[in-house]
Amino acid sequence: MTYTLIFLAILMAAVVWWLVKQTINVKPWAADSAADAVRTDGVHGLGSYVPLPNIKLGLGVFLAVVTSLFALFVSAYTIRMEYADWRPLIEPNLLWVNTGILVLSSVFLQWAWNAAKRQDRAAVKRGIIGSGICTVAFIIGQLAAWNQLSAAGHFIQSNPANGFFYLITATHALHILGGLFALGKTISRLWQHSSEMPEILLGVELCAVYWHYLLAIWLILFALMLNT
Amino acid sequence: MGLAYILIFLIVASVLFHFLSPWYLTPLASNWGTIDLTLDITFWVTGVVFVAVNAFMVYCIIKFRYDAKKRAEYQPENKKLEWWLTGITSIGVVAMLTPGLFVWNEFVNVPEQAHEVEAVGQQWHWSFRMPGEDGRFGAVESRYVSDDNPLGMETDDPDGQDDIIVINPTVHLPINVPVKINLRSKDVLHNFAVAQFRVKMDLVPGLVTYLWFTPTKLGMFEILCEELCGVGHHTMRGKVIVDTQEDFDAWLAEQPTYAEVLARPTGDALIGQAQYAVCATCHGAQGEGNLPTHGPKLAGQEAWYLRRQINYFKEGTRGAHPDDQYGREMAPMAATLFNDAAVENVIAYIETLPDIPAPTTITGNLEKGEKIYNVCAYCHGVDGEGIPSLNAPRQAGMSDWYLATQLKNFRNRVRGALTKTCTVCK
Amino acid sequence: MSDVAHDAVDFAPPAEVEEMELYHPKTWIGKYVWSQDAKVIAIQYGITAILIGLVALVLSVIMRLQLGFPHTFDFIDPANYLQFVTMHGMIMVIYLLTALFLGGFGNYLIPLMVGARDMVFPYVNMISYWVYLAAVLVLVASIFVPGGSTGAGWTLYPPQAISAGTPGIDGGIILMLISLALFIIGFTMGGLNYIVTVLQARTRGMSLMRLPLTVWGIFMATVLALLAFPALFVSAIMMLLDRLLGTSFFMPAMISLGEQTSYDGGSPLLFQHLFWFFGHPEVYIVALPAFGIVSDLLSTHARKAIFGYRMMVWAIVAIGALSFVVWAHHMYVSGMNPYFGFFFATTTLIIAVPTAIKVYNWVLTLWRGNIRLNVPMLFAIGFIFTFINGGLTGLFLGNVTIDLPLSDTYFVVAHFHMVMAVSPILVVFGAIYHWYPKITGRMLNDTLGKIHFWITFLGTYAIYFPMHYLGFEGLPRRYFSYGDTEFMSASSQDLNAAITIAAIIVAFAQIFFLINLFTSYFRGKLAGPNPWEATTLEWQTADTPPKHGNFGEELPVVYRWAYDYSVPNADLDYIPQNVSPSDLKKPTAAQQGEIEN
Repeated sequence: MTYTLIFLAILMAAVVWWLVKQTINVKPWAADSAADAVRTDGVHGLGSYVPLPNIKLGLGVFLAVVTSLFALFVSAYTIRMEYADWRPLIEPNLLWVNTGILVLSSVFLQWAWNAAKRQDRAAVKRGIIGSGICTVAFIIGQLAAWNQLSAAGHFIQSNPANGFFYLITATHALHILGGLFALGKTISRLWQHSSEMPEILLGVELCAVYWHYLLAIWLILFALMLNT
Repeated sequence: MGLAYILIFLIVASVLFHFLSPWYLTPLASNWGTIDLTLDITFWVTGVVFVAVNAFMVYCIIKFRYDAKKRAEYQPENKKLEWWLTGITSIGVVAMLTPGLFVWNEFVNVPEQAHEVEAVGQQWHWSFRMPGEDGRFGAVESRYVSDDNPLGMETDDPDGQDDIIVINPTVHLPINVPVKINLRSKDVLHNFAVAQFRVKMDLVPGLVTYLWFTPTKLGMFEILCEELCGVGHHTMRGKVIVDTQEDFDAWLAEQPTYAEVLARPTGDALIGQAQYAVCATCHGAQGEGNLPTHGPKLAGQEAWYLRRQINYFKEGTRGAHPDDQYGREMAPMAATLFNDAAVENVIAYIETLPDIPAPTTITGNLEKGEKIYNVCAYCHGVDGEGIPSLNAPRQAGMSDWYLATQLKNFRNRVRGALTKTCTVCK
Repeated sequence: MSDVAHDAVDFAPPAEVEEMELYHPKTWIGKYVWSQDAKVIAIQYGITAILIGLVALVLSVIMRLQLGFPHTFDFIDPANYLQFVTMHGMIMVIYLLTALFLGGFGNYLIPLMVGARDMVFPYVNMISYWVYLAAVLVLVASIFVPGGSTGAGWTLYPPQAISAGTPGIDGGIILMLISLALFIIGFTMGGLNYIVTVLQARTRGMSLMRLPLTVWGIFMATVLALLAFPALFVSAIMMLLDRLLGTSFFMPAMISLGEQTSYDGGSPLLFQHLFWFFGHPEVYIVALPAFGIVSDLLSTHARKAIFGYRMMVWAIVAIGALSFVVWAHHMYVSGMNPYFGFFFATTTLIIAVPTAIKVYNWVLTLWRGNIRLNVPMLFAIGFIFTFINGGLTGLFLGNVTIDLPLSDTYFVVAHFHMVMAVSPILVVFGAIYHWYPKITGRMLNDTLGKIHFWITFLGTYAIYFPMHYLGFEGLPRRYFSYGDTEFMSASSQDLNAAITIAAIIVAFAQIFFLINLFTSYFRGKLAGPNPWEATTLEWQTADTPPKHGNFGEELPVVYRWAYDYSVPNADLDYIPQNVSPSDLKKPTAAQQGEIEN
């Protein structure tokens, strides 16, 4: 559980630090004079006018949940690894290719994000389509890796390392599929002429953050599986 | 106001209940008086807090009840008071925790002079093993477990040959000698708990866990499984019998070593046929069972069950209860099979008899019976075929009237009562 | 209220408050079934949770019948007894308490209390409820599959949960695991809403340190739930794979029905670690909202500021953070490395300190207060009494040494029912009596409420206080019957029978509550906007019950914290949060209404 606890400790430290900032030297029972209402609002709390869009914070919270989920998988993996019947998995080389494709899809999205900041609609389209294709390729690649493994006789029940491999890759791929749904929505918005650029920028940005994040998770998981 | 009076009543009643109730810790029979002491310390600390905080609350409810003319005091906080309370609480916590950690340290570290016993749990039975004269346990593996090798012994391990095997749920321990119980499970989680010894620990398949204690009182103590292990959880009982050293040594000498178990004679059906003549008078020439003579059907019953019952009759576990009329008739008959070889021979002959389903002699509501049988099926099998590893004999196709008699006997504690095999607590 | 808002406009232009676009449904179905209004979703959650909770209540009575009068009732056998135990526990902990506090009270109170029009993601919020309902239906379905629901105990420990000898290993356990996974997915959707709404949608002036403690409690509980539920999700999925595809994550090499299984090398303890990594925070997921709500009830009805507000907030945060490092105190005798015991006993007893501070502050809130003993207050005080008892017995079990004799006995059953069943449920009742007038516009009947309180409070104490002593004697939990266990005194069976009778009385007393809920909806006394003379924003709405959008034309502006009761020199003994100091002399619309009444 060490990995999960490290993650939680960092998160909790951040929460506590933020809370200290909010509460230090605040006397909650002191009422504002009416004229102070605006000022108080600005000093304490995020307030309702802080420009961070709800959806961004929502994504942030969701990513914390996802981190907790994968941290627990990693914890379970490392605990289970200690047992005598653990046999390291021979990872198919295809995974290297898939990793490359996933990196590429992240790069495409980053490119699209930059383009969206420049208000370059055409470039956004190119980037986002490129990313979509790479992502689909990644998922097909992962399925192919499964196929290779099972063709070689490594089924999910053969060994705990195999079990974790199938389970973790499937969970990761499901998260990416969920992301593709959001990406699809952004794409359809891109092709609607009525949609405004700021709205598109937000969509692209959210997708990019999510993709980078899942890439980082994949790199950690892949490194873990390679080294054990 | 009613609230205040009732709260006062509850506080007083709780305290009185604690001091007057007949229900409290069962008398201690091990070295773990320190556990009881830690518990008492916690009781005093928490008891004082319980009374003090609630009494203060009652005071507030009475003193500060609503009065439209009055105003409550406006006091958002009182730092000094809060820090004082935090400090006092912390002291109380330390007072409870410190002895706890010391005692736990004692529990975790087993004394060197402790002798070892292995308790093996399975659904829903206990077995035991002792390391024998060499003081070392033979190797065991889950994959070696079978009906013939219930503890999963590695047959060739020299350390295991002198291991003492106790395939029944009663273990003897010498008084005043620390004992480390190694715990092992064959199937699911179980828990080894003896209320009078205070300590308990789970059995985890794949691991060997342990606990230790020093029995300090002679007598019989019940082992309970306290980790949910399925339908039979509440029936998973065993016994610890604490003996004097001499009694313990005598008991130990009677128990077979693993090597002896391996060398158990195999039966000869031809010799057995002659011995069976005695049995045939009641059980029928073909072992088909006979209601008028109250001899149940034997043909088709499995060897392990026949062996166990014959031995039970021989040693007085069965057929001793005054209300067990037919069992009492059987006991002297079983005694004629004077040694293990004779028992094996007659069983070998019974195994050769033709297995013809016994005729139906009793009637009942089949539909209701089927529902009730759902629970029986967990051990005796869905078709009543019997599951040897669960110590559950075959029921289907055997004498139905006999089954009915025995069920009544079990229910009336004529058969299967726990205290029956107890030799110490007379 | 409108007066205040208009005055406020002079000082703080509303341009800074981002208006929310609300989806306004046109059909009845859109308004009450596929509703995106947090208040309607709250009621949907509440009704579903209470209905499934009633099922669990009936199950508990059946269990008590068996325990109090063994071998008297034909329809209870060892197999279905375990199924009743399992379903009772699982429903009460997850599908009733978690859903009711977060999905029910969270949805209703968060937007109103922070001064928002609705949750920030109403559509996701709606889906959250329907996924929760699906989880409940799958759970109920598990009762009707061949073999019935699982009888593995609510902890679902492998190997026993998915191996022979346990009821419901065919369909029951599979549907249970699926239902849990659904619940977690549904909850995550709701939880994102609660967090982001509290952080982002607070109205102007509503700084964190002005939030009512109810919001703090629900907020922190949601944080815990979002981080802890993944552990249950992971363990449920891995167990599902063990059961369906034959993996060996948790399943060791073992014998089943005398046969070797194909499992090898898995770790049952890994499951327990994952389960309790969720399971312990789960206790606080239920407790923290209760802590928050009860703080507000006490303050309101004692007409006094909650004592030590900042300490209360920090205690909530500290309890939340610590709750992630105590999980293995459920596993002292599980066979894990015994040296862990030192660490977890220490952390567990440390958590007693912030918890004790909360109790002191509740009682100190009563001190020098002006206590109105109406029904919500009765429940709040009943909660304190019960919680003190249940909290103190936790010090026995948390202390690793004392856990040795008491673990797995009825002492544990009594402890956790006292602390996380009765205590939170008393708060749930208090909260319903408190907010029902806002939700429906009518008061609940006082007499029925008092009858309900006294039977429930005294009855549950009569059930669980003596039960500790059965545990001392050594009576193991999850026993269908203990027969003639030699060390159990003969009189303990009488005690068991007495407990059963108390349980039956308490169960039937809930009928008073249900009748009250139902009849008051039509015939209750009209409540007016602020019957308790409370300060928080939900009592200052333009309409009662509040309409979609909560606050009429303009959002309220907050000038003060939620606990301005009995402020010296004020006209009334309470000042709502949205009354600006310059308006103090002028009563608000809600107060106006009170005066006219």
